[in-house]
Amino acid sequence: MNLKLKIWRQKNSNSSGEMVDYNISNVSPDMSFLEMMDVLNNELISKDQDPISFDHDCREGICGMCSMYINGRPHGPDDLVTTCQLHMRKFKDGDTIVIEPFRADAFPVIKDLVVDRTAFDRIQQAGGFVSVNTSGNTQDANTIPIQKGNADKAFDAATCIGCGACVATCKNASAMLFVSAKVSQFSLLPQDKVEAKDRVLNMVKQMDEEGFGNCTNTGACEVECPKGISLENIARMNREYLKASIKD
Amino acid sequence: MSKMISNLPKGLISEKWTSHKGKINLVSPSNKRLIDVIVVGTGLAGASASATLAELGYNVKTFCFQDSPRRAHSIAAQGGINAAKNYQGDGDSTYRLFYDTIKGGDYRSREANVYRLAEVSANIIDQCVAQGVPFARDYGGLLDNRSFGGVLVSRTFYAKGQTGQQLLLGAYSAMNRQIGKGRIQMYNRHEMMDLVLVDGKARGIIARNLITGEIQRHSAHAVVIASGGYGNVFFLSTNAMGSNVSASWRIHKKGAFFANPCFTQIHPTCIPVSGEHQSKLTLMSESLRNDGRIWVPKNKQDAKDVREGKLKPTEIPEKERDYYLERRYPAFGNLVPRDVASRAAKERCDAGYGVNKTGEAVYLDFSAAIERYGKEEAHVKGLDENDTSVVKKLGDKIIRNKYGNLFQMYEKIVDEDPYNTPMMIYPAVHYTMGGVWVDYNLMTTIPGCYAIGEANFSDHGANRLGASALMQGLADGYFVLPYTIGDYLSKEIRTGRISNDSSEFMDAEKKVMDSLSNFISNKGKNSVDFYHKKLGKIMWDKCGMSRNRSGLKQAITEIKSLREDFHKNVTVPGKIDEFNEELVKASRVADFLELGELFAKDALERTESCGGHFREEFQTPEGEALRDDKNFKFVSAWEHKGEPSKAVLHKEKLDYEEIEVKTRSYK
Repeated sequence: MNLKLKIWRQKNSNSSGEMVDYNISNVSPDMSFLEMMDVLNNELISKDQDPISFDHDCREGICGMCSMYINGRPHGPDDLVTTCQLHMRKFKDGDTIVIEPFRADAFPVIKDLVVDRTAFDRIQQAGGFVSVNTSGNTQDANTIPIQKGNADKAFDAATCIGCGACVATCKNASAMLFVSAKVSQFSLLPQDKVEAKDRVLNMVKQMDEEGFGNCTNTGACEVECPKGISLENIARMNREYLKASIKD
Repeated sequence: MSKMISNLPKGLISEKWTSHKGKINLVSPSNKRLIDVIVVGTGLAGASASATLAELGYNVKTFCFQDSPRRAHSIAAQGGINAAKNYQGDGDSTYRLFYDTIKGGDYRSREANVYRLAEVSANIIDQCVAQGVPFARDYGGLLDNRSFGGVLVSRTFYAKGQTGQQLLLGAYSAMNRQIGKGRIQMYNRHEMMDLVLVDGKARGIIARNLITGEIQRHSAHAVVIASGGYGNVFFLSTNAMGSNVSASWRIHKKGAFFANPCFTQIHPTCIPVSGEHQSKLTLMSESLRNDGRIWVPKNKQDAKDVREGKLKPTEIPEKERDYYLERRYPAFGNLVPRDVASRAAKERCDAGYGVNKTGEAVYLDFSAAIERYGKEEAHVKGLDENDTSVVKKLGDKIIRNKYGNLFQMYEKIVDEDPYNTPMMIYPAVHYTMGGVWVDYNLMTTIPGCYAIGEANFSDHGANRLGASALMQGLADGYFVLPYTIGDYLSKEIRTGRISNDSSEFMDAEKKVMDSLSNFISNKGKNSVDFYHKKLGKIMWDKCGMSRNRSGLKQAITEIKSLREDFHKNVTVPGKIDEFNEELVKASRVADFLELGELFAKDALERTESCGGHFREEFQTPEGEALRDDKNFKFVSAWEHKGEPSKAVLHKEKLDYEEIEVKTRSYK
């Protein structure tokens, strides 16, 4: 396949960026999207040009590091995949592909397609944990049975990879799906109860401070989430938030 | 002068760890506040160690090259974590997990370390559940288990195909709690560039901020390396793109011995290579061998027709299939250990029975399991067990529940539906048992420098059993290092803050700067990837699943000249003081180019076959690994002497007091 690429280039967080055109030929349909980018970068290096910076690591859809906005969709045209799992067979010869970084005020661009998502870490630091010491002095794991349905739902919420696609696709740049996935995981488990109130209040407070927008129930986040995290989690977080607020 | 003393406690194996812990020197809570510890890496080992050390009261500085500690490659571990809980009542015990691990490692690991690992394993599960890790549960609400290779019990705890993710997020959350309290200072997007020694002790590191390119000096009373394995020396592996040996290699060059570099795990079930452009390989969890059956066609002609696209696997009748693992190893069948399964796949493919375009793939077939589960479910629901479409639908659902994410990954990469046609798989580099040599306290041969998790060598011998890497990472980080490091740090309470302005720090910083400048000013003609791929090919062809004397000798010469060419002709665009991924890669590949040579040298000198190290000259008539316990029952620990060819071998003799050393058999 021969393709035309329009890619966002930005030197660093202080400079302004622009779209730059590139042509690439002999793309195999079996290549992953990032392998296509590797080929392009090696061509640029051989021409003594600056390669395009993009985040990536595991290349199997679990680390959450890759983050491109491809043809107007985070992680591109395929469903339930990250950019690294997207394959070129999803495109046709002669296609033009527009590649941008994940855009949000809370995700400033570092370089080209690389953005800073440490706001997500700070939200987790505000309450995304159970306060148990790691000394090993805990009770036996089977002491508290957990209903399978709840355990499975907690697991589904916990599969969030923290990539930020939900924020990138949301017209409000809201991080509600991300935050609610963590809040839900814990609220469905008995270990949560002691800290439930503080957790939801603190995490939401941090989310607001980071500059993420609010949720207007558009549902784009659920559509674009590579792990299929359900909108139900947002409802569950709202319920938790309300419960925590009323008690005061 | 570095000394290699393993510091194994005396006494009964079952009492060693307890009595050792009882005798270890402690640091008082008020003194812990005066002590700084650096941790490099935030996988299971690094994250759990950082959290626990901070909780104990030390000042912790943690570094990772990713944009968040949550992204370390432990996240990609799929199948599960072993623990001797015996919840299934199938005869499991601490001793059995210990025994299985020693045997699985082909009698090349340390008894005392492995016993300790088995001993603390059960506690890991308790800890993780308390943290809110959502393990799989049965309908009674209790924890579920599955089986992994090389054992006859079900002791593997799991969270679908995302166990590593869930465990790492658990450790990450424990870290977050401490970061929030200011007990851990987290340095994301930072790379460790060198270790700084003052008076022979590890006193800090030189790090580079990967966003700004700034070179920084960080001091501490102890440095913990938790940077994972070196599988990426092969270029293609199941490791993440950024996984590298640099932290381990840099400490090796500063005096830490490097043990058993040739012990590499080639995992039998990975998605085969599809073409030249390939950047990495994807694992299909070993847990799939609980339900998948591995086969190739019995007739060469069928295999040829399959390769040419004239025949579909589903058209080959049962009696024309060779379930070669079940045939060769009836006792363990599809659940033989990884080294055995990988070699068996290679043997069939080399003999001409491979089933994809390249001839390097075998089938992993779920149709029997789908039918079995489907019938069971139909029976439970009172539906017709002979209605194939009902059975298929119900069976698919059960398989989706167990392995859904793995099947989806396969489908996205290969563009085939594994519910309806068998998966194609082939072995790929996955894990490295070798690593930095450590004593029983997990300290390297450099005082104050520790290595934990995959970065060290200690627990898996010549072959690691499935679901044991997660166990070891968390055992080291949560339960072992936080105790043992206290013994060393108790002597540091009067040291006070360590200056990072000393000449040792300045020299190390300058050396790092010079080496980075050399890359930038080199202006050669080939990219870093060009060299990395060439190195990978040498490693795979000559130091891969089977090795021989002449191949290894060639590898040593080829790697050496490739390394010289690299330093002369590599090109790195951009500058030092900016975000520059090529520069980061160049620095890592330079280390791989040295490690690769030591790897081949180690493999050449170990003239026996054991575990993942298979020397063609040393095999039984049936093609099994032939160990030489008389001459090679030792750990090879290499001391750096300027360059890999001059490395000096030190031998740590392995004594087996508990377990009788036997020929490993899974027949």
